[in-house]
Amino acid sequence: MNVTKKTLSVAVVAALGAGVSSVAMARDTIQIAGSSTVLPFASIVAEEFGNTYSQFNTPVVGSGGSSGGLRQFCQGVGENTIDIANASRPIRQSEVESCGENGVNDILEVKFGYDGIVFASRLDQNSFELTPEFVFKAAAAQLPQDGELVDNPYTNWSDIDDSLPDQEITLVIPASNHGTREVFEERVLHAGCDTVAEVEEDACNNLRGDGRIVEIAGDYTETLARLDAQQNAVGVFGLSFYDQNRDRLQVATMDGVEPSLETIGSGEYPVSRPLFFYVKGEHLDVIPGLAEYTEFFLNDMTSGYGSPLEDAGLIPMDEGERQEQLEQFESRTVVSAE
Amino acid sequence: MSLTIEQRRQHRLETIEKSLSKRHRKENTFRRLGLVAVLTGLTLVAILFASILSKGVPAFWQATLYTEVTFDPDVIDIAPKPERQEGETQYAYDERMTQWLTQAGLVNWQSLIDASLEQALGEEVEPRQLRDLRALVASGERYALRDRFTEDPSLLGETVSLKMLASADVDVWVKGNIDRDLPDARLQLSPQSRAWVDVLQEQDVLRQSFSTSLFMNTDSRSSLASAGLAGAFMGSLFMMMVVISLSVPLGVSSAIYLEEFAPKNRLTDLIEININNLAAVPSIVFGLLGASIFIGYLRLPLSAPLVGGLVLTLMTLPTIIIATRASLRSIPPSIRQAALGIGASRVQTVFHHVLPLALPGILTGSILGVAQALGETAPLLLIGMNAFVANVPGSPMDQSTALPVQIYLWQGNELRNFFEARTSAAIIVLLGLMLSLNALAIWLRKKFETRW
Repeated sequence: MNVTKKTLSVAVVAALGAGVSSVAMARDTIQIAGSSTVLPFASIVAEEFGNTYSQFNTPVVGSGGSSGGLRQFCQGVGENTIDIANASRPIRQSEVESCGENGVNDILEVKFGYDGIVFASRLDQNSFELTPEFVFKAAAAQLPQDGELVDNPYTNWSDIDDSLPDQEITLVIPASNHGTREVFEERVLHAGCDTVAEVEEDACNNLRGDGRIVEIAGDYTETLARLDAQQNAVGVFGLSFYDQNRDRLQVATMDGVEPSLETIGSGEYPVSRPLFFYVKGEHLDVIPGLAEYTEFFLNDMTSGYGSPLEDAGLIPMDEGERQEQLEQFESRTVVSAE
Repeated sequence: MSLTIEQRRQHRLETIEKSLSKRHRKENTFRRLGLVAVLTGLTLVAILFASILSKGVPAFWQATLYTEVTFDPDVIDIAPKPERQEGETQYAYDERMTQWLTQAGLVNWQSLIDASLEQALGEEVEPRQLRDLRALVASGERYALRDRFTEDPSLLGETVSLKMLASADVDVWVKGNIDRDLPDARLQLSPQSRAWVDVLQEQDVLRQSFSTSLFMNTDSRSSLASAGLAGAFMGSLFMMMVVISLSVPLGVSSAIYLEEFAPKNRLTDLIEININNLAAVPSIVFGLLGASIFIGYLRLPLSAPLVGGLVLTLMTLPTIIIATRASLRSIPPSIRQAALGIGASRVQTVFHHVLPLALPGILTGSILGVAQALGETAPLLLIGMNAFVANVPGSPMDQSTALPVQIYLWQGNELRNFFEARTSAAIIVLLGLMLSLNALAIWLRKKFETRW
């Protein structure tokens, strides 16, 4: 069985050779990971970037969530670490520190737009007019009743307020691995919490555990699937996702304002958040196209008004803010560890 | 007090009769249960296939525009394509080429598409309606147009008949995957775009055509209608090459050693138990291992089919070892004894006599192991192969996705109406590959099967 022997040795040599050569080879494709909210748009930019600059490869965009992306980002400097982390929240101090421990010191922060968080229900179900207070009362673990805190007594939306439909409370929210969760907590729960004086500041984020709050660790598709299973549930989505699925979902107003590019851009609709990506300064001179990608991203054609950014359902920054970000990047201003 | 012989006989017969009917009843119940189990299984498989096929098959056809595009010299106002001059270095030539390509990239290719659609519609389109017009065509088509020109600059001034993909929204609308009675605000296409779609359909400019883009293109986010499987397919192919070239030789040789040469002692028993244990380890654990060892420690690249292949090799090895050992064990000892009896060495016995007879079993086991690896998703998510990759990988070191991961990515796409069908189409492609691998395994087994 000479043939077997030969193929065996050839295969082993080939595999070893492949392993060794990869270590020596320089990566020439930008590697990105992070927030699943930013992912669709970042992928579009990557594709357009690859199409516009024939000399650079199309960057590779991975998901993993804001925290997952930043964790990969902070793993160190080198070809098998990512160059850019997408995030739907600013980097945390602890993350800057962990980056520093692994030799990632030049973290360049780029803000590129805003995203709106919307509440939506199935199109064939009741519509909702929400306020942060209503959502807090539907979601909180404990609420005051007759002067003392008791476990959340509400089971029906109409118990909270007469204007709400008479149906069971089921709220589908992103799990804590999502950047969206932070906005939900800050802009909705805390705002609602402030209207209920009895609940302590620290307890604002405590959610009821009786199954009326469903946490989704996956993406919005999973939230949508959940709404198909529990038809009277209200789900939390990104504005862009809602926009692509208007034939299935209806959006709830918040404080009487309907979310749209305009109302979020003007700040009228309260639940929105800035979107970021972080560039590893150490890689700027190593990975070809990294600086060009960032500049392309901040270009008016890419992320200004009427750009693909709007088509992707995100809200652009105004001209001045975008210029400021571009200048900040060009002067290589790094995020400092305090 | 003793019974007569006749009475005893009678009594025995009665006992037998009673137990016989009980045994028959038991047997019938068991048979019926078996039949019900088989039928339930078949029904479930039939439902699965019916739902995938009914959703996925239509996605193999896609709304396509058949139009005439003029490469208008007024729009394509750039220098001629550089040609390599004598004495010019490769570098200088490449530099000039890049410059020319950049220049070609700045041409307003979209306006050529606009003009051709305007012609097909037979009406003037006002500038404020351009957005509605552009919503009809897949946005990637402008780059396809550019690439066509840069490859063949002699097209300048010519009018060419072209097939262009309609946008995903148009495809959804034409196929009726969206409720047409919904109010305007809930539909992706504007009323104007929808009216134009009707006109184009009437003139037979817009029709369903077999979707080559599904096979020829890579994944796309900016031009959803042109998203395809080419990149994922190549990624899977590279991974399978790594898996086959590592796991088959390693698995078969360790099985041969363990079965034919290794002494039977506590150590080999321990090894055997652990190989069986390894076969039962959930695949995601191999993914975690791969992420920490191959990427974290050996510093291999992220998202690379090489790493994916290595991880899947670890997963496939036990399957192949177990299948090979079972197949070796099924060769009657008389074959070995006969070979040894006429003076063959042990190596000769194994390689000349036992292995050829065990080959069908080994091949079947290996192919089934590889087929399992082909469909594996979970470990690949942990080594970054779930990234968005718009390049076709040229080597196992380039970033890439894999077919099952592409299915996972597409099922998560926001444009549900379009990607539900696209996902099912990808599942059909993957299932087709699996079925052909299994068919190959059966064919090989039949071909090499020896009876004695």
